[in-house]
Amino acid sequence: MLGSVSTLVVAFERPAIDWHAIAPELTLLGFGALLTLVDILWLERGRAVVSALASFGLLASMVPVLTLAWDGADRSTFWGAYVVDDYSLVMKAVFLLAGYVVVLLSTNYIAEGDYWENEYYQMLLSAVLGMVVMASARDLVTIFVALELLSIPAYLMATWRKRDLRSNEAGLKYYLMGVFASAVLLYGMSLLYGAAGSTMLVDIDAAISGDGAPLAVVTLGVIFVVVGFGFKVSAFPFHTWAPDTYEGAPTPVTAFLSVASKAAGFVALLSLVFVGFWGRADVYQPLMWVLAAASMFGGNLMALRQTNVVRLLAYSGVAQAGYMLAPLAVAGESLAVADDALSSVVTYLAIYAAMNLGAFAVVIAVARRTASAGIDTYKGLFRYSPGLAVAMTIFLMALAGIPPLGGWFAKFEIVLALISPATAWGVVLGVIVAVNSVIALYYYARIASHMWVEAPPESADFDTTTPIKTPTSVTAALVLTGAATLAFGILPQWVGHFTDVTLVATLAG
Amino acid sequence: MILNQFLLLAAVLFCIGVYGVLARRNGIMVLMSVEIILNSVNINLVAFGAFRDHVAGEVFALFVIAVAAAEVGIGLAIVLLIYRNRRSIDLTEADLLKG
Repeated sequence: MLGSVSTLVVAFERPAIDWHAIAPELTLLGFGALLTLVDILWLERGRAVVSALASFGLLASMVPVLTLAWDGADRSTFWGAYVVDDYSLVMKAVFLLAGYVVVLLSTNYIAEGDYWENEYYQMLLSAVLGMVVMASARDLVTIFVALELLSIPAYLMATWRKRDLRSNEAGLKYYLMGVFASAVLLYGMSLLYGAAGSTMLVDIDAAISGDGAPLAVVTLGVIFVVVGFGFKVSAFPFHTWAPDTYEGAPTPVTAFLSVASKAAGFVALLSLVFVGFWGRADVYQPLMWVLAAASMFGGNLMALRQTNVVRLLAYSGVAQAGYMLAPLAVAGESLAVADDALSSVVTYLAIYAAMNLGAFAVVIAVARRTASAGIDTYKGLFRYSPGLAVAMTIFLMALAGIPPLGGWFAKFEIVLALISPATAWGVVLGVIVAVNSVIALYYYARIASHMWVEAPPESADFDTTTPIKTPTSVTAALVLTGAATLAFGILPQWVGHFTDVTLVATLAG
Repeated sequence: MILNQFLLLAAVLFCIGVYGVLARRNGIMVLMSVEIILNSVNINLVAFGAFRDHVAGEVFALFVIAVAAAEVGIGLAIVLLIYRNRRSIDLTEADLLKG
């Protein structure tokens, strides 16, 4: 075996790089470098421009995404490890726009809190870059590097309030669970690599689908990989870090983690299920079924007894992850079902990003007055700040899935995908989704009734007579997310075709 | 090629690492346990790469080593921060957030 060293000595041949395909990533990278330069050259004077520069960078990276979408051709580069198809483009657009909204939410929070500003936006851009890469990754090494590129800055952002013990604790818990998940994930990847002899997802599918594949190794590999991403998307029972980290981290970072990093975990899971594990429906379907059902029930039941809006949204996020995992439990039935399942998850991710970011925008705006996220502090919000109360109600009802708001269309697509193969398992899971939507409505409606029905607390140590002043950037974020939430609900036939995507495994190249 | 012995070693290391993450209360010890898991991954990757005469395993292991170094750097920074703020890195004492 040692004689094989000679086979390693081959002339290095640069792969043909499709520069247009990787233009969004390069743009983002360029702006990240520019932010660093601004920090080095302008020092404190740079603080005034960094958030504008970061948001401009995110929007500028949308331009190549749009030109690629206009071009329409599926592209593949780096020997097929990096694929640009309409699925990855839609997800890249979601990540970039979600990142833009997070910058809007962060601007005042970070500037007023006496935190490190420039580094914050560098970390944010780096994490978004990791997500954008993740959407195109069709290879284990690329997926791993993208995951770490997104996670490592996220650990730092969760710990951003250095002197606050709660933020420290949030960061520590996120970090420890995150690296543990990465390690378990890597162990699974090493087993899959061993079974397939290649890190490309298409080759893994070809190798593990046949009868000759070592079943134990493949099964363990799939389980470890899915568990690793289960931590990332905070599926029950791997969600334990989420409520603590969400509560302790700075709220804009929480918004970012709950939407963007969860979506990135799902993107990787989708690529793995629809390409890498495609022939192994017998292994991943039961796993997804159990994870989905447990996440829905676990998340919703624990959300019922929360007294803090951020923790409540964390547990509701666990339940939402369950809804999104559900279609993967039937995806392997047939190609038509897989198509529906993929579009339904992508639709859900896009709508979830809009409505959850919106809800966090309201939480951030209200906390500027109350300095707390307790549900009790929302009492009587409609009396003194009707605009925020209406916005919060829209986002909460969208999360609950009430028509005609966005969340309704998302849940509808999920249930449709679940019952379309007409298998008992799929129908049962569809019923579980419906039951859980009803449970979830209870706790969302509780906040709404606090805001609309009850009077402002008498003994409150904050002003409950004048309207809360919302900074311009937070208002802009509210308008953007609110418009997206309404558009998906009212005009699903118009917006829905954006998320009706197909996934290309790889192209020869 | 004696592949099984390497895989067995990696599996044992993996189990030791997982046990350490779950049972240890000291932040540094948990970090070291994660490192043990990552090294078991590296053994797996290199063993499979050599067994299949395929360089991707070794390359993957190099990526894992490099990224793990960055990750542990961040982890030590967070643990140090906690030590500065509360003079202890006992994880069971980090219990401000619950509910």
